[in-house]
Amino acid sequence: MTATEMKERLVGRALKRREDPKLITGHGNYLDDIKLPGMLHIALVRSPYAHAKIVSIDASKALAMPGVVAVFTGKDMLDINPMPAAWQAAGVKNYPVPPRALAVDKVALVGDPVAMVVAENRYIARDAADAVEVEYEPLPAVVDARKAVEPGAPQIHEAAPNNIVFEWECGNKAAADAAIASAEVVVKEEIINQRLIPTPMETRGSIARYDAATGEWTVWMTSQAPHVHRLLLTAFVFGVPETKLRCIAPNVGGGFGQKIFCYNDMAFTMWAARKLGRPVKFVEDRSENYKYSTHGRDHITEAELAGTRDGKITGLRVKTWANIGAYFSTVAAGIPTTLYGRIITGVYKIPAAYVHVTGAYTNTAMVDAYRGAGRPEASYLIERMVDRFAAEIGMDPAEVRRKNFIQPEDFPYDNGLGLLPYDSGNYEPALNKALEIAGYAEFRKQQAELRKQGRYLGIGISSYVEICGIAPSAWMGGQGWGAGLWESANVRVHLTGKVVVTTGSLPHGQGLETTFAQIVADELGVPIDDVEIQWGDTQGTPFGYGTYGSRSLAVGGVAIKRSVDKIKEKARKLAAHLLEANEADIVFENGRAYVRGSPDKAKTIGELAAAAAVAYNLPPGMEPFLDETSYYDPPNCTFPFGTHVSIVEVDPETGHVKLLRYIAVDDCGNQINPMIVEGQIHGGIAQGLAQALYEGAVYNEDGQLLTGTLMDYAVPTAAMVPHIETDHTVTPSPVNPLGVKGAGEAGTIASAQCVMNAIIDALAPFGVKHLQMPATPERIWKAIHGSK
Amino acid sequence: MTTITVTVNGVRYTSEVEPRLLLVHYLREHLNLTGTHIGCDTSQCGACVVHVNGVSVKSCTMLAVQCDGAEITTIEGLAQDGQLHPLQEGFWEKHGLQCGFCTPGMIMAAADLLKRNPNPSEEEIRHGLEGNLCRCTGYENIVRAVRYAAEKMAAMQAAN
Repeated sequence: MTATEMKERLVGRALKRREDPKLITGHGNYLDDIKLPGMLHIALVRSPYAHAKIVSIDASKALAMPGVVAVFTGKDMLDINPMPAAWQAAGVKNYPVPPRALAVDKVALVGDPVAMVVAENRYIARDAADAVEVEYEPLPAVVDARKAVEPGAPQIHEAAPNNIVFEWECGNKAAADAAIASAEVVVKEEIINQRLIPTPMETRGSIARYDAATGEWTVWMTSQAPHVHRLLLTAFVFGVPETKLRCIAPNVGGGFGQKIFCYNDMAFTMWAARKLGRPVKFVEDRSENYKYSTHGRDHITEAELAGTRDGKITGLRVKTWANIGAYFSTVAAGIPTTLYGRIITGVYKIPAAYVHVTGAYTNTAMVDAYRGAGRPEASYLIERMVDRFAAEIGMDPAEVRRKNFIQPEDFPYDNGLGLLPYDSGNYEPALNKALEIAGYAEFRKQQAELRKQGRYLGIGISSYVEICGIAPSAWMGGQGWGAGLWESANVRVHLTGKVVVTTGSLPHGQGLETTFAQIVADELGVPIDDVEIQWGDTQGTPFGYGTYGSRSLAVGGVAIKRSVDKIKEKARKLAAHLLEANEADIVFENGRAYVRGSPDKAKTIGELAAAAAVAYNLPPGMEPFLDETSYYDPPNCTFPFGTHVSIVEVDPETGHVKLLRYIAVDDCGNQINPMIVEGQIHGGIAQGLAQALYEGAVYNEDGQLLTGTLMDYAVPTAAMVPHIETDHTVTPSPVNPLGVKGAGEAGTIASAQCVMNAIIDALAPFGVKHLQMPATPERIWKAIHGSK
Repeated sequence: MTTITVTVNGVRYTSEVEPRLLLVHYLREHLNLTGTHIGCDTSQCGACVVHVNGVSVKSCTMLAVQCDGAEITTIEGLAQDGQLHPLQEGFWEKHGLQCGFCTPGMIMAAADLLKRNPNPSEEEIRHGLEGNLCRCTGYENIVRAVRYAAEKMAAMQAAN
């Protein structure tokens, strides 16, 4: 390469993932693949009742079984604190009751662990768990959030009167009331966003090892946030210095939010490892994951939207009951408040909006962030209501959207709901592009023709905006988040020229190793194979809050870029010294530093790294080594957006929905690796359309989870998901120097309402105005035949 | 305890096992072949698919003792002489995996599918892989990966 030749830029290219070779050959090394010498296995005794007093626990038969090492109950672990309640609803009183390592005295959900067996292998542990005899005194249960806060409902926790976790509001109530009272048109609907089970293909678990000589633990965990877990487990649960715990997230088999939280197994494996002096492993079965690990969504909402006959939306009033489950999960209260209420008006300029949310305890699994976390609920609500409004006034739903979109000149846009201003956006081109791909005008003609033949096709539109790159710390502090939300990165250029990046962000499927390496290779001008990205181990990586909220590129990635910028700055100074020139005259490009006009006498980054490392000849005052760390706290969140369109055909005889087309036009700002972005969109859409058509966690009134296995909970197969057509627009974010916004959750945030709007459009001839999810054949059949 | 002899990825093993031991636990715990994963407890997810005597099976639903005398191939044995199987290559090329947890089972199931139907349509691929769940990809790129492998295998066959 001559000095004037540009190194080919990698940012923007669909490079194959560097993560993949080990994963496609069976060498992934996930949590359950880890075996330690002398390791014991834990099986839990879990409550079969949703709500009961624990009368007695008799472990004598279990303890007598060969291979059983110990049985512990919740009372044995009273020397450690309950799990922390880190994100509480802002500005209001919260009643947080987080779970303990094991339940004490009473259970509050089916699957609540009351005892743990520790044994030589998992077969023995499970046999022995079955032999533990527990006597319960069953209590009445409640599973519905709205019913839970009614007078006379069963009371779950003494510390939370009336089962209320918090009551929170945002927006302007008086203005919303007035807008609705004086409106030409008001549409009102009860909208249920059903409970979902995240279902990463790898369940959760922990392995703990304790070194009695040093008093230090190492815990391997299925975690999206090992640094945070380290902090919470030491400072809050065990009351020991943070330095006594090393947390390692190995390859993590999907998270979707469920692995953000600090779970009881992290605590009881640590406790048992210390007690027994041997490493212990706990890995959930799928049915345990379904009963006890967190679920998502579960809102009941009464919504009213006001507008004019010519399609202007003038007000929105929302009352939501958010099911929090039996206990307070780590960030449970932030999801249905900040991440839901504050973005309820979506892509529209709505002059008056008000949201009231009641968080309620019920005898169900804890509810916390699940892919999108609050934003899918908000987006579903507004997009359903806008369609409902369009149908009411007889206006094309695309036209109503256009009439109410926030316009490009409105950015930065303050929606009046206590959010930071939307960074950038241009909503109409994405809508137009999606409609053009769908052949919207032509479809409407075809739809009318087919209806005459008794065929019911429908088209659904979903225009969304979301909150990504979640930060900045100062704002999130005010939202009740109990910590900061910056990210950090260290970049070192070793003597050999190899670049090592350590980051507190960590991938569990997002391909961050590849994405980050593309950025570093470009910025530093080195071959991508010279860049190594290290993550997941609190020993050796700088603190990071973790990977969720589509924030790892927009926050963590920018921290890496800033460290690289510092490396370049130092390299430039060193080059000036070695080339006996003024620093101001040094040009750094393509990994080479040279005096302007003399590119042939360049020092490569490798040469400069070696010079900095051997330190024979450094400028006065310069420390050896190219090694820089950055802490990046962005000035704002980012706000990706787009429009999705789907086309369905409903069979009126059977109620069956056929998803004929799914079109996604997304704008996540600049794309570093378009292949990875597209993959994120595909996966997100599959989860959202599954909410519309298939999935729903169902409890009976006694609190039994009826969808407790993959036999009953309909995670879609390949045959249940259509071909997905993707396209994009690019509106760079002004918030960060990469111009990126985030793409991990967009597909899920956009898709449920996209499919539901299409189904309801198809059913318009039957007078159907709204339908709850999932739109099963039975529900659709009843909607059709109930209207006749 | 029962004695079994199996050949896994070309290596012969004789082991003492409990009659109730699942094949997947035998592979993972006794032979340390942890590329075969466990994603459920009801035979739905397919993360544990391996080949027993050339046919794909869910190894969570078979006992180790049932495999006495069998030839087993796991994901670790699919690449030959350091050369990735066309399906492994396809999954890499077409971004057919994200977290990678379902991938070994998905690839093993797809290998069996291509054996039975070397040129499957998109719809045949989607139905052929119905026993395997993926939560990350939305299946779009898995379909592309399998098509890639089918075409590559056809081209290889034509070249021979």
